[in-house]
Amino acid sequence: MKIGVFVCHCGTNISHTVDVEEVAKAAAKLPNVHFATTYKYMCSSPGQALIADSIKEKGLDRIVVSACSPSLHEKTFRKCLEEAGINPYLVEMANIREHCSWVHSDRAQATKKAIELVKLSVAKVSRSKPLSKSFIPIEKRVLVIGGGISGIQAALDVSFAKFPVVMVEKEPSIGGKMAKFDKTFPTLDCAACILTPKMVGVAQNKYVTMHTFSEVVEVSGHVGDFTVKIKKKARSVDLKKCTGCGACYAKCPVKVTSEFDEGLGKRKAIYVPFPQAVPNVPVIDRNACLWFTKKTCGLCKKVCAIGAIDYDQEDEIIEEKFGAIIVATGFKQFDHSVYGEYGYGKFKDVVTGMHFERMANSSGPTGGKIVRPSDGKEALDVVFIQCVGSRDEQKGVPYCSRVCCMYTAKHATLLREHNKNAQAYVFYIDVRAAGKNYEEFVKKAQDEYGAVYLRGRVSRVFEKGGKLIVRGADTLSGSQIEIKADLVVLANGLIAQDDATTIAQMLHIQYDKNRLFTEAHPKLAPVETITSGIFLTGACQSPKDIPDTVATASAASVKALGLMVHDKLEKDPLVARTNNDLCSGCKACYLACPYSAIEMVEIEDRKLKRKRMVSRVIEGVCAGCGNCTAVCRMGAIDVEGFTNRQIMRQIEAL
Amino acid sequence: MKWFVSQDVIKAPIQDILERGSGQKVRRCYQCGKCSAGCPMSFKMEHLPNQIIRMIQLGMEKEVLSSQTIWLCASCLACTARCPREIDIAEIMDFLRRRAYLKRVKPKLDAKVLLFNKVFLWNVEWFGRLYEIALIGMFNMFSLEFFKDFSIAPKMFLMRKIGLFPALKINRKEIREIFKRSHKVGLDQKDK
Repeated sequence: MKIGVFVCHCGTNISHTVDVEEVAKAAAKLPNVHFATTYKYMCSSPGQALIADSIKEKGLDRIVVSACSPSLHEKTFRKCLEEAGINPYLVEMANIREHCSWVHSDRAQATKKAIELVKLSVAKVSRSKPLSKSFIPIEKRVLVIGGGISGIQAALDVSFAKFPVVMVEKEPSIGGKMAKFDKTFPTLDCAACILTPKMVGVAQNKYVTMHTFSEVVEVSGHVGDFTVKIKKKARSVDLKKCTGCGACYAKCPVKVTSEFDEGLGKRKAIYVPFPQAVPNVPVIDRNACLWFTKKTCGLCKKVCAIGAIDYDQEDEIIEEKFGAIIVATGFKQFDHSVYGEYGYGKFKDVVTGMHFERMANSSGPTGGKIVRPSDGKEALDVVFIQCVGSRDEQKGVPYCSRVCCMYTAKHATLLREHNKNAQAYVFYIDVRAAGKNYEEFVKKAQDEYGAVYLRGRVSRVFEKGGKLIVRGADTLSGSQIEIKADLVVLANGLIAQDDATTIAQMLHIQYDKNRLFTEAHPKLAPVETITSGIFLTGACQSPKDIPDTVATASAASVKALGLMVHDKLEKDPLVARTNNDLCSGCKACYLACPYSAIEMVEIEDRKLKRKRMVSRVIEGVCAGCGNCTAVCRMGAIDVEGFTNRQIMRQIEAL
Repeated sequence: MKWFVSQDVIKAPIQDILERGSGQKVRRCYQCGKCSAGCPMSFKMEHLPNQIIRMIQLGMEKEVLSSQTIWLCASCLACTARCPREIDIAEIMDFLRRRAYLKRVKPKLDAKVLLFNKVFLWNVEWFGRLYEIALIGMFNMFSLEFFKDFSIAPKMFLMRKIGLFPALKINRKEIREIFKRSHKVGLDQKDK
């Protein structure tokens, strides 16, 4: 065994606190070390050439690079070894920069520590085994969970590269929250006008398969080979036969409040959520339908000329395989019922931003009039309360929801556009308008549309003489404010969907304390998750406006396509492996694995002459975290590259 | 400060009147406070310039006009030069002074500042240029503090900060004409 030690100066990053020549000298005396030297920048081309040449000239077979963190340059040196003709997994990095020179100032002590660190790496590398890379085949299909604007954009982008996409949406129509909006900031173009072409584009695309009114119920497998079970809920209407003529819902006698109109309007028991729904096929609400509740009526079946109504339809579970998954499950409006002081639920004229959107929409329940829901009179003095739920550690979430400042400015603008005599009062804490043309938009609402911005939270809303009295403060002038309002609009923040944690656990992706999905790296991997092959887009990761959502959707689809264009995926061999002879089948590793990468299998034990259970690592899923090794009482499971033998040797060397 | 502002106050016309009268859009102000930060007189003001602007935004005309601040403004134009929203704050102060004068609103805290402004303008109107001794004399007389700062007068005289006689070479007729026209403009504004 001939070990070579290469000590890096890293300019002066290392050499100013560590005597690198001293380190090299000490390393040369270690057992099995054949050669030790230093260089200014080991990661540079000449530095790498130095390693490669030494391997050839001196016949080195194992290398220790004493430089920075392996997370930065381990790959570089593995490649270097591979090109020099020895196994790339026979290199070990001694981190004498982050762990030594950057955190110490005493030169003599730091040098001593660096020598110790090199000693450890030499000990470890002497027990290293050559490893070879494995390959995973890739199923060339992408699953998109969620059919809002982010899911739609992701599906369109993937399909443009001619890879099949399956979109799963839990509502009867795709379109998501954006379909409910009236206008979009900061350009005030109509939401439906820019969304519906994309919705139709998805429906007409031959690469996209839509499963609406469906949910993902089970996900197994790993990158390149996910097996997904999708539950198609019973629509009670045949998707293939229905022409969307509308005869059924015209005749349906049952009226219930419409979820799409946020409870401001009515829909039938058989309904399409909104006129531009895709697919334009109705669905029967089995909780309201007379046929399902009382076994009477059946009018819709009678009027349907083509016999598309099917009362006997049942939930169906289909299983499909995918190579990558894009999660676009979106957000939920903050539930403001915790703010008793704002009087929501008590006063009909206290509504949310989403209600305002529906009212402002000309195809909405009020035909585009901003009215008081209590008496239908036009609202003249409208108070907007911002940060409802956002930035409130006591009752809501600690983060800023990012879009509320903008949509409130939009509402204030729309209010004046709908009624010239109306006056908007906005209670805000800070106006956060960081985006292209956003600040200008907010200023325009103030300067040109006369919205009065009052800096402060509202303390109380109460009713007096048919008006809502809003008590707030303006901290800029230091005064208490009282407004007699016709309508109060709450700018609810954005929070994670109710079932976010269920979805995260199903997909084995992480979520934070606010139940928002966690990206692999907040800056450098914002759309990836720590589970490879699963990508995030839109507001399920953090509150986002439409431009950001569309941008992340395209980013996520590029990441998915990056997998799709490969036939097989290279996988690092640094994964756990079970020694069947030692494994007792106690399942400790199976329970400890955060990636569900361990399965229990039955093997034939020839010595005992019976069958027994042992654990087996699914290589494609294993991330090599080492939890299993730590919990294994038998020492039967080992992570390649970090085996117990290697680590024991390191401890002995100290 | 303890104010209570209702929407009747917010809807008061002062903002529009000011916009018409001075051409300045008070709505544009986003309360960064740069005007107050650089104001050389702010140490003496009860409300800082940015607070005055905020009060106008909220329609608090009475409080603004009775504020000492508008009279303390030295019109140095530092605020105007520095405002990032391009609001001429000094012009607004000037407008507010005119309006307070026409509406006979006196500053709540210190009415002398108003007196000083008046005496100053009379002085210029009569002498065509500031005649310090007359200014001091008149101010002391009307403020009933006859011997205020009397002891430093000789020293100022010796340092040539004040002269014994007014500068008479100035074209006083034309200056009076300017004052006459200004009065007329002021009276026109009063009717509005």
